[in-house]
Amino acid sequence: MEKFYQIWKRFGQNFQEGGKLSKLSSFYDAFDTFLFTPSTTARKIGSHIHDGNDSKRTMILVVLALVPALLFGMFNVGYQHFLATGEIVKGAMTCALFWKAFAFGLLAVLPYIIVSYLVGLGIEFVVAQIKHEEVAEGFLVTGFIIPLIVPIGTPLWMVAVATAFAVIFAKEVFGGTGYNIFNVALITRAFLFFAYPTHMTGDKFVRTQGTWGWDNNQALVDGFTGATPLTQLSTAETATYTMTDTLGNPIGFWDAVNGLIPGSVGETCIWAILLGAILLLMTGVASWKTMLSIFVGGGLVAFLFNIGGVDNAAANTPWYMHLVLGGFAFGAVFMATDPVTSARTECGKWIYGFLIGAMAIVIRVLNPGYPEGMMLSILLMNAFAPLIDWCVVRVNINKRLKRA
Amino acid sequence: MQQIKLKKGLDIPMCGAAALTIGSINRPTVYKIVPDHYAGLTPKLMVKEGDQVKAGSPLFHDKQFAELIVTSPVSGKVVEINRGERRKVMFIGIKADIKTDYVQFDLKQNVKDLLLQSGLWAYIKQRPYDCIAMPSKQPKAIFVSTFDTAPLAPDYGFVLAGKGNFIQAGINALSELAPVYVGLQHNNKTTDFAALKNCTLYSVEGPHPAGNVGVQINHVAPIAKGETVFTVNIQDLAIIGQFFTTGQVKQERLVALTGDMAFEPQYFRILPGTPASAITHCNVRKDMATRIICGNVLSGTQITEDESLCYRCNQVSILAEGTEKHEFMGWLLPRFNDFNAKTTDPAKFLDNGLWYWLFGPKQYNWDARVKGGRRAIIVSGEYEKVFPMDIYPEQLIKAMIAGNIDKMEQLGAYEVAPEDFALCEYICTSKLPVQAIVKEALTNLKKEIE
Repeated sequence: MEKFYQIWKRFGQNFQEGGKLSKLSSFYDAFDTFLFTPSTTARKIGSHIHDGNDSKRTMILVVLALVPALLFGMFNVGYQHFLATGEIVKGAMTCALFWKAFAFGLLAVLPYIIVSYLVGLGIEFVVAQIKHEEVAEGFLVTGFIIPLIVPIGTPLWMVAVATAFAVIFAKEVFGGTGYNIFNVALITRAFLFFAYPTHMTGDKFVRTQGTWGWDNNQALVDGFTGATPLTQLSTAETATYTMTDTLGNPIGFWDAVNGLIPGSVGETCIWAILLGAILLLMTGVASWKTMLSIFVGGGLVAFLFNIGGVDNAAANTPWYMHLVLGGFAFGAVFMATDPVTSARTECGKWIYGFLIGAMAIVIRVLNPGYPEGMMLSILLMNAFAPLIDWCVVRVNINKRLKRA
Repeated sequence: MQQIKLKKGLDIPMCGAAALTIGSINRPTVYKIVPDHYAGLTPKLMVKEGDQVKAGSPLFHDKQFAELIVTSPVSGKVVEINRGERRKVMFIGIKADIKTDYVQFDLKQNVKDLLLQSGLWAYIKQRPYDCIAMPSKQPKAIFVSTFDTAPLAPDYGFVLAGKGNFIQAGINALSELAPVYVGLQHNNKTTDFAALKNCTLYSVEGPHPAGNVGVQINHVAPIAKGETVFTVNIQDLAIIGQFFTTGQVKQERLVALTGDMAFEPQYFRILPGTPASAITHCNVRKDMATRIICGNVLSGTQITEDESLCYRCNQVSILAEGTEKHEFMGWLLPRFNDFNAKTTDPAKFLDNGLWYWLFGPKQYNWDARVKGGRRAIIVSGEYEKVFPMDIYPEQLIKAMIAGNIDKMEQLGAYEVAPEDFALCEYICTSKLPVQAIVKEALTNLKKEIE
């Protein structure tokens, strides 16, 4: 390894000021720190020892936490596809069919991951080079989340445009990772949502066309509807409504927890999200206060709607169903806990989380135009997080003023 | 007695604590007094090359407060006045006599004048600004912490064994300036500081930085705007007490040489102006790059072998530099032999649980690498976990970076010193030079306010 290090460092001289490739120094630097932990040592004054944890390690942990949701999502994409084409019959699953479904899902999701990383990291590299800074790692997570939250039928070019928009206008114009106000991955989704609404409707969450290596024109089984449970709720004409899967079978609580239902790639399986949540909480990367308070807020408001006040399908859905349907759990675990856009004071995190959960359910119930309230509710609270912090810090300031 | 229980904080496990023995050193021929060590003081020389001085004779005074002087630790001849850029005094070299000749002070004057004349006032620091106490200020209290919780910190029970009468004399003298508060370590039965009189005692329990006087002030008597609190290190207090007992300025002190890069970590008796080489010579591993730190590894200053130890130095740490380590894909390594403050690594669970049960306390590798690039502040709540004061550290740091004086005032900048943020800097995921930021901000704040 020492030999490789010497060769790599010699190669790196080309990228230094005045070298042949100095225009690409951020590029080299990103790979350099990726390959070898920098051996820069502490300053003369200050702490001489530093914790091994840095931005890279933190971000990679979030990516690891997302892997179960991604793997399950890949399988589910294939599973839903073959359900729609009739190649898999519900309840009859063999090992071969399992791998076939997973392979289909892998080939369907992979292009989104590649496009999101290429576009996003490309912009990050260029901006870092312009600003003569190191490439920040924030997009490692953002780029991983984007494929998990867009409908699997979205054209790739739309994802590319939306990612570029989000990275430039939601992050880089504010100063890059650490300075953004809104969650970049959610801005990507919101951009798609408002710019191409016809492609983001609730029946686009099942991949009915083929993908690499699979036929594009397969006949769909009779009675297939691709609508997600939340879309069904928002368009239901009766106040008591039974949600169904794509073939018309009713969906219960455990179906929603197990996640073999249509939805965004990463959001359907609560078990996979739970695995990620456990990793994030054990390692202290995400705040348990935010997560818990989102579920408390959402559950409480959904329960109040259950008791009365509004009489529609969403309001009458049991509160515990709300917590496991759609992107609620995924948003609570992976999106709302983004430390940059979340409230930064410990007390503020309780308020921030509670309001996200509450707002998500309010939007679901009262606004049939948007079947999923989680995205809008997190973005809304992103905007209010600094205000929450301001109030919390103000209490401390007032206490100090009183002493004087 | 007030009891303070701290939950936030972090004890850093390191090897190489000083053995409770006192090593012999070669007495240096030339003592170099460095004006830069006197925080917040602008020197005006009172001696020139060739002058004869006694231990206790003035060397230089402050530009702003002429009565604030620094005196010689030894008797001898001023052999060198070393100047750097723009004729800044780098150090004053004094060739020591074989037998030290002391200036005899008349102890009948008032305490403040005696402290100023003897040069021992420089041992008193103040908050706000974390500088040498300004003689013009009337402190509301004087705080002394009798223990240190920093990594490998010296054991003051050993350092001050048999000096109880000097400490009491120091407290008696200082209590004429302001009420004295003395912080005891909870359940520390090895010292007899609890028997001190003429002062208010309180006990503190918890991980580092429980021993930091700043944390204790914040819990016992928080500093409001316009107030001043003086702080004195317990070993310095003994020196002051010795002066008020004998009338002579005897600045001898014990420093602990610590760290696993030192062959024989133990205590050494030194005077201000002693070069680091006096205690590190032939006592530090040479087969790998090391750094000498005057102070502890969390908030000390890196010095070379030839440079003088600070006059307030209680500890010298030797740490591996680590420049020869090139970790391949370090962001992916589990790093079982590295200590991790946060549970960001599976290692922590093993170390604290299974490993501890099987093998006892684990020995970690330490070096001076930063282990990451500087980023904007991303992770939230990490400073708070190691900052046991009623202050929002992250918000205060941001105000300091922005240079927002009003915000700094509101958020409690008057109560803090760089050392209080040492653990924040250690733990910072974004690798910010937190203590340097605080130091610069406090200097600017002093310039603006005073």
